[in-house]
Parts: sequence; structure tokens; C-alpha cells
Amino acid sequence: MDIKELQRKSVEIRKDILKVIYEAQSGHPGGSLSAVEILLALYKERMKYDPKNPKWEERDRFIMSKGHATPVLYTVLSEAGFFPKEELAGFRKFGKMLQGHAYRNIPGVELSTGSLGMGLSVGVGMALASNLKKSNYNVFVLMGDGEIQEGSVWEAAMSAGHHKLSNLCAIIDYNKVQENGFVNEIKNLEPLGERWKSFNWNVVEIDGHDFDDIFRALDDFMVEKGRPTVIIANTVKGKGVDFMEYDNNWHGKAPNKDQYLEALLQLDNSKV
Amino acid sequence: MEKATRDAFGETLLELGKKNDKIVALSADLQDSTKAILFQKEFSDRFVNVGIAEQDLIGIGAGYALEGFIPYVSSFASFITTRPFDMIRMLACYNNINIKIVATHTGVTVGEDGGSAQMLEDIAIMRALPNMVVLCPADAVETEKMVEKIADYNGPVYLRLARAKYPVITDPEKTFEIGKGEILREGNDVTLVGTGLMVSKALEAAEVLASEGIEARVVNMSSIKPIDRDLLVKCAKETGKIITLEEHQVIGGLGGAVCEVLSEEYPVPVKIIGVENRFGQSGKADELLEEYKLDSKSIVEKAKAFIRG
Repeated sequence: MDIKELQRKSVEIRKDILKVIYEAQSGHPGGSLSAVEILLALYKERMKYDPKNPKWEERDRFIMSKGHATPVLYTVLSEAGFFPKEELAGFRKFGKMLQGHAYRNIPGVELSTGSLGMGLSVGVGMALASNLKKSNYNVFVLMGDGEIQEGSVWEAAMSAGHHKLSNLCAIIDYNKVQENGFVNEIKNLEPLGERWKSFNWNVVEIDGHDFDDIFRALDDFMVEKGRPTVIIANTVKGKGVDFMEYDNNWHGKAPNKDQYLEALLQLDNSKV
Repeated sequence: MEKATRDAFGETLLELGKKNDKIVALSADLQDSTKAILFQKEFSDRFVNVGIAEQDLIGIGAGYALEGFIPYVSSFASFITTRPFDMIRMLACYNNINIKIVATHTGVTVGEDGGSAQMLEDIAIMRALPNMVVLCPADAVETEKMVEKIADYNGPVYLRLARAKYPVITDPEKTFEIGKGEILREGNDVTLVGTGLMVSKALEAAEVLASEGIEARVVNMSSIKPIDRDLLVKCAKETGKIITLEEHQVIGGLGGAVCEVLSEEYPVPVKIIGVENRFGQSGKADELLEEYKLDSKSIVEKAKAFIRG
């Protein structure tokens, strides 16, 4: 896909995200809207996978460590062909496949998550296992910015740096906002890049809504040797809907009908 | 013969590693004490010391498990249970992956290191988790069988081991099955259902009781979850009263598990012998067993009072 097409696809995905949350009247819009371009770049262009054979041994692994961002994960997985789009209507509903937080029984989901700060350690284990198996897959772990306040993230960061896991790529969706306010007012992450660098990581800082930037960072990861890579993706929480942007009240709340229609209108009118 | 279950673990893991190249071992810098070091020396490529980081230990182990390996992650019980409990709940159990959590240094018999190191709550914590299997061998011989057996079982397992040397009391020829208990001594006046070291103590107490005319049956309940419901009901029917014994808090452990079965299926009086809502302390293993009333003499006294009452 060329960049224009990807940008148009981003608008579609954002509309789908709002639709599933609106229909479920439950879910997390803010941190889903911020990660759309990251997931599309991975699933449309860079990751190896086979939706007909989700456990294909050679596939690249993707762990959604910020396990509440299922609206973006499920819509992109569906877009990638792992399951029919009709399943999205069952999001968060009793007896349906699409659980509120990422769930491993869903085709394409590698790990059930929902308690923050666990994905990176699992990614380290998968990357070490890849080396032991002499496999060539890469491991991608998407974390929230608030999430990296969890101490366990830094245990894993230390392990990955120590073991020089160049097949591991962490991505931080640095959307600046967590449930109760601005991340850097609640507990400052800065100097974020320096911190990861000091743990022996290759650090690439980008605009997480700019496809060229994302591809540049992923290419950088592919050629980096002897170190894991962290992509610090500067993003906007609630991206694309003006009343949701940078507003922590939209971390985990569904829009009402008027808000939903207004959001769709804004997305339809967004310049691509 | 006496042998520590942690020694049996280290030796069996090494043997298992020779037979099965899917076995990996992870440690949080205590492999010298848990005896996983024996595996490390032979199979350094399949061993990771994650450093002093138990959350990372479970997480990395989960990664290996998801990639088709069979990780045995080990540390002291006091560090590998409560510190990374969220990871155990989420990664091991909610994800239902094939990880084996091996906890050494349980109970007051840890001794000199004192209360912080004497894990007495782990059975309660671990058996509350869906999908988790909880095993606690009575001796080194049974440990060997368990370490092998759990490699063939696909799912999370918590294996409760100890630092102290236990008398060897089980039969090497008998096979171990998850979910099965075993009668080690016949008797019809009362049943002593023990786990871990307390099975030996129950056998000692049964000898003394026999000399006083009380025939106690002794059951080794090494599979705490799933528990052998049929055997418990059979013993309740045949001996009327049940005494449970564990080197663990009386809250939520083996005693609780036994009561959960009997209260529903065949209610009989049950006496739970264990540590009574206290932490451990420094001392020698035997001194501590006496202090916490887990020695055979205390068991005999409690049993007699219970049977009379």
C-alpha cells in the first residue's frame, strides 16, 4: 500500500474503532486511536504472518502489552484477515469471541494481556527462544506510555539489553495521557530516550502518526545488530477526534450517540 | 535414608534435559540453592539466569512456553510466588501456558533464615488460581517422579519443594499420577492426610498412636490440586474422622482443600494441623517444628484430643 492508501485506511480503522466501542458502549478509545498508524504499518507492510495459519512458525510475533487497546488490535487483525469483520459486533459481549482485553484464543492474538507491564518480559522470552530455535522471526511489543511506570518493564528492558536481543522491537505509544491525567505530571518518563539508551537499547524517536517515520524506524530496527530497538512513537491520545484528543476522560469511555456521530463526521472530513 | 526434595529436583531436571531438548530452565540467581545449577552446568544454552527479577522470570518463562519449550522456572518459594503473583495469574494461568513453577524453601524447616524466607501461604495462593496444578511431594523419590511427570502434562504447575532433608518413605516402583493420593498405612480409627514433610510426621505419629491402641490411616496427598476426592470420601466413610497436616498456614491450604471436598460430599469432623496464623522465625528445623506444633509428639497429642472429643 502506498502512504495515501494507508492514510485512508487509518481513517477507516478509526471509524471502526469508534463503532465497536459505541456498539459495545464500553472500551478504550483514547489509546486505540493513538496506535492506528503503528498497527497498520506493522500489519499492512512490515510483519510476516499468515491469517489462514495464525500459528505459522515463521511469523513475526506481536504482543499487545497495553491490553486494553483491543479496539485497534481487533479492527486491524480483522482487516488483516484473521477473522471476519462481523465478529467486531461481539466486542465485549457475553458469549462472543472478542474479550474486553486481548485474549489469546482469538486468531492473531499472541498473548492474553490486561495487566500492564508484562508484555516486554514475554517478548524477551520469545526472542531468546527464537535464538535457541535458530528461527528468524522478530518480536514486536507495543506498550503504553503510562504502562512503563510499571517496574517489571524495566526488569525486562535490562534483560533485553543484556542479552543483546536485536530480534526484539519495543514500541511505546507515547500519547502523553494516562487514565487520570498527563503522564509526565503523574510520573515523569523523561528523559525517556536516555533511559532506554542506558539499558543498552537502540532508541528511535518518531512521529507515531507519520507512516514514513514509522517505516524508517522499523527499517532501523531491521538492520540494528547486537541491541534491541525501542521506537518511541510520539502520538496523540484520541487522535482524529478533536474532543477526545489529549483528554484523559476518553481513556476508557464510550461515546454517546451524538458524540459518536460527531466523531464520524470529523473523521470523514479529515484531510487525507 | 534422607534427602532434600530440592536435590531430587536438580538431579531429575538434569536427566530430563538429556532426554528432552524442549526443556529449558530459568532462575532468578538462586540456582545454586534450588539445584537447577546442575542443569545449567550441562545445558548452558537452555538455561537463563534472569538476575534478581522474579517478575521477569515468569514473563521470560512464559515467552519460552509460548514458543513450544517447557520452562522449569525455579526460586525460593518466598520470592517466586508472591512477588510475581500477577504474572503467575495472568501469564501462567489466564494464558494457560505450559510453565512449571518450582518453589524450593517452603515451610518452617527452612530454618535459620527466619520468617521472611519461610513460605507458609503458597498453597492457599496457588490453588486459588484456575488452571493451576499444585503438587507437594512427600520425599525425594516422589519428587523425581513429579519433575518427570509434569513435563508430559500440558499446563501450568506449581511444585512445592523444600530445603530440609526429608526421610524417604514412598515406593520408587509406584507411579505418580496428578490428582491421585495414596494410602501409606492402613487403619480405621482416623485418617491422617498429610502433604510434604508432614506425611513422614504423620507416619511417625501413627506408630505412637498404634502403641496406644489407635489405628490411624495415613494418606499422602501430594496432589493438592486437583485433589483425590474419591480417596477422601472413602477415608471419611471408613474412618469417620480426618486430620490434615501441612507445613503451611491452617488457612486455605491442604486442610481447606480437604474440607471443601468433605463438606460437600461426606461431612465428617476435620482437624487441620498447620501453622496457626503466625509467621516463622529463625531456629533449627526441629526446634521450629516443635514450636509450631508440627512435630510427631504434638501431632499425637492433637490427634488424641480430637479423637476423644
